[in-house]
Amino acid sequence: METADLLKPKDFATDQDVRWCPGCGDYSILKQVQSIMPNLGVPRENIVFISGIGCSSRFPYYMNTYGMHSIHGRAAAIASGLKMVRKDLSVWIITGDGDSLSIGGNHLIHLLRRNLDVNILLFNNEIYGLTKGQFSPTSELGKNTKSSPWGTIDHPFNPAALALGADASFFARGLDLDTKGLRDILLRAHAHKGTSLVEIYQNCNVFNDGAFAPYSNKSTRESSTLLLEEGQPLIYGTEQQREALYIRDMKVYSAPLNTIASEDLWIHDSKDPMKAHLLSRLFDPYSEKALPRPFGVFYQEERLVYEEEMDKQLHSAVQSKGVGKIDSLLQGKNFWTIE
Amino acid sequence: MNQTIEKATVLFAGDSGDGMQLTGFQFSNTSALHGNDLSTFPDFPAEIRAPIGTIAGVSGFKINFGSVEINTPGGKVDTLVAMNAAALVKFQVDLKANGMIIANSNGFDKRNLRLAGLDESRDLLSEARDAGFLVVDIEISKLTREALKDSGLSTKEQDRSKNMFTLGLIYWLYNREIEPSLLFLKEKFRSKPDLLNANTLVLKTGYHFGETIELFSNRYTVNKASLPSGSYRNIAGNEAIAIGLISASAQAHLDLYYAGYPITPASDILHELSNRKNFGVRSFQAEDEIAAIGAAVGASFAGSLAVTASSGPGIALKTEALGLAFMLETPLVVINVQRGGPSTGLPTKTEQSDLFQAIYGRNGEAPIPVIAARSPKDCFAVAFEACRIAIEHMTPVILLSDGYIANGSEPWRFPKASDLPSIHPNYPKLDAPYLPYQRDERGVRSWAIPGTAGHEYRLGGLEKQDQTGNVSYEPENHQKMVLSRAAKVDEIANHIPPQEIDCGPLEGDVLLIGWGSTYGAIRTAVLNMNKQGISVAHLHIRYLFPFPKNLETHLRNFKTIIIPELNNGQLVKIIREKFLINAIPLNKIKGLPFLSSEIEHAVLERLKEL
Repeated sequence: METADLLKPKDFATDQDVRWCPGCGDYSILKQVQSIMPNLGVPRENIVFISGIGCSSRFPYYMNTYGMHSIHGRAAAIASGLKMVRKDLSVWIITGDGDSLSIGGNHLIHLLRRNLDVNILLFNNEIYGLTKGQFSPTSELGKNTKSSPWGTIDHPFNPAALALGADASFFARGLDLDTKGLRDILLRAHAHKGTSLVEIYQNCNVFNDGAFAPYSNKSTRESSTLLLEEGQPLIYGTEQQREALYIRDMKVYSAPLNTIASEDLWIHDSKDPMKAHLLSRLFDPYSEKALPRPFGVFYQEERLVYEEEMDKQLHSAVQSKGVGKIDSLLQGKNFWTIE
Repeated sequence: MNQTIEKATVLFAGDSGDGMQLTGFQFSNTSALHGNDLSTFPDFPAEIRAPIGTIAGVSGFKINFGSVEINTPGGKVDTLVAMNAAALVKFQVDLKANGMIIANSNGFDKRNLRLAGLDESRDLLSEARDAGFLVVDIEISKLTREALKDSGLSTKEQDRSKNMFTLGLIYWLYNREIEPSLLFLKEKFRSKPDLLNANTLVLKTGYHFGETIELFSNRYTVNKASLPSGSYRNIAGNEAIAIGLISASAQAHLDLYYAGYPITPASDILHELSNRKNFGVRSFQAEDEIAAIGAAVGASFAGSLAVTASSGPGIALKTEALGLAFMLETPLVVINVQRGGPSTGLPTKTEQSDLFQAIYGRNGEAPIPVIAARSPKDCFAVAFEACRIAIEHMTPVILLSDGYIANGSEPWRFPKASDLPSIHPNYPKLDAPYLPYQRDERGVRSWAIPGTAGHEYRLGGLEKQDQTGNVSYEPENHQKMVLSRAAKVDEIANHIPPQEIDCGPLEGDVLLIGWGSTYGAIRTAVLNMNKQGISVAHLHIRYLFPFPKNLETHLRNFKTIIIPELNNGQLVKIIREKFLINAIPLNKIKGLPFLSSEIEHAVLERLKEL
């Protein structure tokens, strides 16, 4: 067995040429994933990447682990079956906004409610890239694309709210260019026992360039992003203008930090479902007046893990009925013999 | 007077809420234990509680049992049990001339006539008498209430036991023991002593009623059939499939993983397997049909024996993932318990109209082996065989059953576990570098299981490079891979038993070819025609794709080939296309199985024309 601690990130790269467009946000995500792999404490042969269809779904070809590039939208279903029979494996689902929120939406919500111990990396670029630029279920209202020349009339999904609505036990948001933040999130997702959904804002520089620029550009990012840190107040903004969030009557407000009493500050607690819900609603389109977009781990909850419950049922069935014998199965309850 | 007869056909019919399925099932089990050969056919509405008392709400259970070989649930009925007017209206046409009607006369009042869509002034039972039927009318509802008047049960609860009266009465009429049903009741109502007592009392009351009241001029005995020696049980098709899958997983030393989504008439496989957790069976009720096959593909990749089942509409949804499994070349068993189509069609009725779907229904060049079960007990052997082919040849396999054999039952001489063959998964050698799409002499790739160090590999639905499995868009490679995958499936023909003639002459004038659940009706028709000196043979195809290699030889030995099918002609088109012969279709598309007399009649008509 090749023990993981002897491996380096490059040991997780394959001999296949990476074929994403130059400048694609996927490169950074691939690099961060490869770089945390040796730190998981899982032997390489026990790691499986399952993807659907879309640009991001080529990912497994570039990971020197077990992997499957499957069909559109179904990675969550395939990974579910795999994890049910092999809970010893570390399973990573690679998917996009079209793959998991449009054609595969059903599988995503059901995986979240069942809570198998797998990690979902949802590359959200708010566009269909592989099919060359149609709007996706996360594209902003009114977006002009090849398939919406008059602008979309589709209200977009809010992935965080959708996940929490489906009782996800872990939700985090990352950004392709925030390499350190992304690595931290990935490690926490791996450590979480249950389904971890990590939404990653990923720039498609060909069909939707700059979709997340307000959150990555130096000039705007401090005032537009909120970095969630456990036990810390929700503070954002520039050195000159520190702003803090507070909650009053179940609504979120922001005010200059120095105007808020310390006991009124909103302290981040990822175990609190109501606060997570409020965080998920910080989703207004970017503007200078909008509340900031949160990044980091929104919510994390320990609850029953599907494959473990399945195992328990198998064990208790054996305890109460004994290990099944094929001969007794064949003969059934009522049988007779003819000489 | 006690009269010994060779065989009898009884049809239990009543409202959906009258418990006729249970009554029929109990009678079948007892008859099987009694030693009869038998075949059953439950026929019920799609609605759980169809409008009470109406013809649409009638539920029927037909059983044909005998001391002779029984291959079908029978043709015309000897004894019709009619619990209400609607039941008689629906099934009187199926009675033999002079057949017997045992009627619950309380179910023929004005209200029931009205619900059956008839004029309230009609006297159906007198009309039936005048038509020459032997009508035995008994106030079953009233007598049941009478028997239970001190039980403390509500009238509604009392009425629910009336099927036990009927069962007891029919047990008496056909000289059956009531003990097996008493045992059944004991188990069913273990925690409800008042219901146990009530049902037991009513069952005995029905039996004693037959004994005491001189309503019947005859009582019938159907002796044991001379079946080959061995141990037997009564079995329905879906149950046999479940047992076959579990047995195959044991013989392959693989864990069984089953993913399904509720659908009629396949759900019983899910129920059965969900209750077999102590055999290590992992069953998963998925969010939809696509998720079910997706999860099965994932479990197969992970090294389990993976199975999913559905019926036509669900199989349509699974089609894309089936193509993926084909492309991955990973073992998977997909069961289609066919029902009347297209679209939602006739959920509780039987049909064989998904053969084209099974053989051709995918995008791209994606040949998948297809095998079909011919009877309830045959579902065991075919399920086992589907697993063997899937595992040993690294391919998805489609198993076709249908609603008729899924719910029907017959005695099964079950094997011993030690008699079952071993199944050998094709694992790669550990010491050599792993090439996922390297093929052995049968064209089969090997199955590396995640967790095996040094064998890490990626696979997917994109075209793959030969040997390595890396993505490849090379024109030459694509053609090579398409042909390699097809050759691998064709090669399976070298690993299945040769085709045999089921009965009749090995060569001659007429050959009837069947597949699937028409087996019993065709066999009965052919044996009967042979008795009359008509030269007809029967060939039954289990392996529908690829065909057994010697199939063509048999076809060339006959002048006329007739292919009866419960569809608009599917196998017939495949046979015509493949062998360029003038095979003749014989079709029934009514949601009902063939009667052997229908086949016989059609063949005789055909012979006149020739």
